[in-house]
Amino acid sequence: MALSSDRIEKQIVLKAPRARVWRALSTGEEFGTWFGVSGLKGAFTPGQKVKGNITHQGYEHLSMEATVDQVQPEKLLSLRWHPHAVEADVDYSQEPTTLVEFRLEEVSGGTQLTVVESGFDRIPVARREKAFLRNSEGWAIQLQNVERHVSQAA
Amino acid sequence: MSPRRRERERARARERGAATASGAAPVFAALGDETRLQLVSRLCSGGPASISRLTTGSHVTRQAITKHLEVLAGAGLVRGVRRGRERIWELEAARLGEARRWLQEISSRWDEALDRLRQLVEE
Repeated sequence: MALSSDRIEKQIVLKAPRARVWRALSTGEEFGTWFGVSGLKGAFTPGQKVKGNITHQGYEHLSMEATVDQVQPEKLLSLRWHPHAVEADVDYSQEPTTLVEFRLEEVSGGTQLTVVESGFDRIPVARREKAFLRNSEGWAIQLQNVERHVSQAA
Repeated sequence: MSPRRRERERARARERGAATASGAAPVFAALGDETRLQLVSRLCSGGPASISRLTTGSHVTRQAITKHLEVLAGAGLVRGVRRGRERIWELEAARLGEARRWLQEISSRWDEALDRLRQLVEE
């Protein structure tokens, strides 16, 4: 992972032909299988809006929505979505999206896949820091516990 | 693991524990105050702000707010940046740490997904 606050980058070599990897990325059913989303169908096309249900345990109440950006067979697939949209009661539609790019390249022994998700810096600070806010409330409670404990011991 | 080695491991774990606890202590001390917790919360939800803005709506004086901010700055939680005649205060380490943790979570989700992709295409 690149040490940047704006992007996540992953690179792996898969022991499979490029056409096989492309199919796993660019068709709804197969994408859903490894990404953990049900209800996606057919080959992705540029501009298409896709929607499915997350199948991971504990996240089944959430849906996944994305807009297909570019489709260059066996080379590049890109999508836009709302990252880490894990709160069911939050409307993420007005927030900026991140761009996810899958690039394929033939290497000896298989296919190199590079995944880049970028644009995190445009995501509202308030959302990124919500967890911290919860933590600081947690700290306040912890401190009260410590105080109670110490005053009892005295 | 031999008993001696186990003892060494334990000693090392104790040292690590002590180092973490003493490293976190200033943060806890800095947050152990109602006003300072509120300041942190406010910088969290509202983003960087000047002293005047942080003093608005508070019954604490500007001087007291400044002092509290300096305590927080001492613990590495906030930092003041001079802009013109004013100083703008913003969250420091915690903010960066949280943003990093957030990315880390998304990053590890990618690792899991790509593992499943590998299983699918390599089978």
